Amino acid sequence: MFTQRKFYTPYVSPTDPCPPIRIKSYETPPQLYLGFQPPCLPQYATAKEALYRGTLWPALYSPYESPYKRGDTGE
Amino acid sequence: MNEPLTSAYYDLLEEIQAVDFVLCELTLYLDTHPWDEEAVRQFNHHAKQSRQLKKQYENQYGPLFQYGMSYSSYPWNWKDAPWPWQV
Amino acid sequence: MWYYEKKLQYPVRVRECNPRLAKFLIEQYGGADGELAAALRYLNQRYSIPDKVIGLLTDIGTEEFAHLEMIATMVYKLTKDATPEQMKEAGLGAHYVNHDNALFYENASGTPWTASYIQAKGDPIADIYEDIAAEEKARATYQWIINMSDDPELNDGLKYLREREVVHSQRFREAAEILKEERGKKVYF
Ligand SMILES: [Fe+2]
Repeated sequence: MFTQRKFYTPYVSPTDPCPPIRIKSYETPPQLYLGFQPPCLPQYATAKEALYRGTLWPALYSPYESPYKRGDTGE
Repeated sequence: MNEPLTSAYYDLLEEIQAVDFVLCELTLYLDTHPWDEEAVRQFNHHAKQSRQLKKQYENQYGPLFQYGMSYSSYPWNWKDAPWPWQV
Repeated sequence: MWYYEKKLQYPVRVRECNPRLAKFLIEQYGGADGELAAALRYLNQRYSIPDKVIGLLTDIGTEEFAHLEMIATMVYKLTKDATPEQMKEAGLGAHYVNHDNALFYENASGTPWTASYIQAKGDPIADIYEDIAAEEKARATYQWIINMSDDPELNDGLKYLREREVVHSQRFREAAEILKEERGKKVYF
């Protein structure tokens, strides 16, 4: 399954002073994969939706939430 | 203009921002896709729509541009608040 | 030349007076990967790059000024009417004694903006790849600011600006492809 966020598990030393974050992650937004944008890609239905998404094309939309608030970094 | 702006102001501004955003996106897209005829057509369509909305806005709230890109009423009202960061 | 338009590119809202967030946001005003550096970088590169990508540099450079105005608006709203006491509590005491509540082109730790943030190698490939990297760094900076902010209305504007970096990066990647194309390569001496 394609995700815009990738995860990895860094080495954790028994002597690390901070409580370890076992799963770390980083963003991989769509411009890394799209290549030269093909013509006639589907667009958002209204100009207002495009404005609030920050792009005219769903293929380039990259949602972002703080991973600390989403809770997928840590445990 | 010292009385606070009404919701009608924000609605019209938002409509302009939306249409101009499509124009911004199409501008950058066409810079790398100059042969996309459908995108050029969409661009010209939105350019016309933007002009109409701005005419309506300027009649009610004053000029959006200077250096002669917008007409002025009397007295000169370009300098009137609010400025974009104040609204 | 340029025309100023008396409107923001995107509706900027801020929930509360919060100078602490303004201190972080200043990074995108006068920092190395901020909007001022971006605008000046692209507009400056136009003079020494093949004609077919000058339009793109002009238009993205111009859009960056619209983003600079959005950041300024956020900082203005977050610090408007903040008292010296509030500025001090937010870690902006040193800023206050120098500038009162004025904006200044500096980064989040108070270092003034400098032209050395901008690369101009004169090599089209080096410059376009510099621009792609700059967009990714600006995107990352917006992520770190969003991670630090608990103002949902401010975050809405920051997510918009982050998305614009995604689109700009896409267009610069396409510009790199255009520069690599065989078409128009033939030159006879
Ligand atoms: Fe950008």
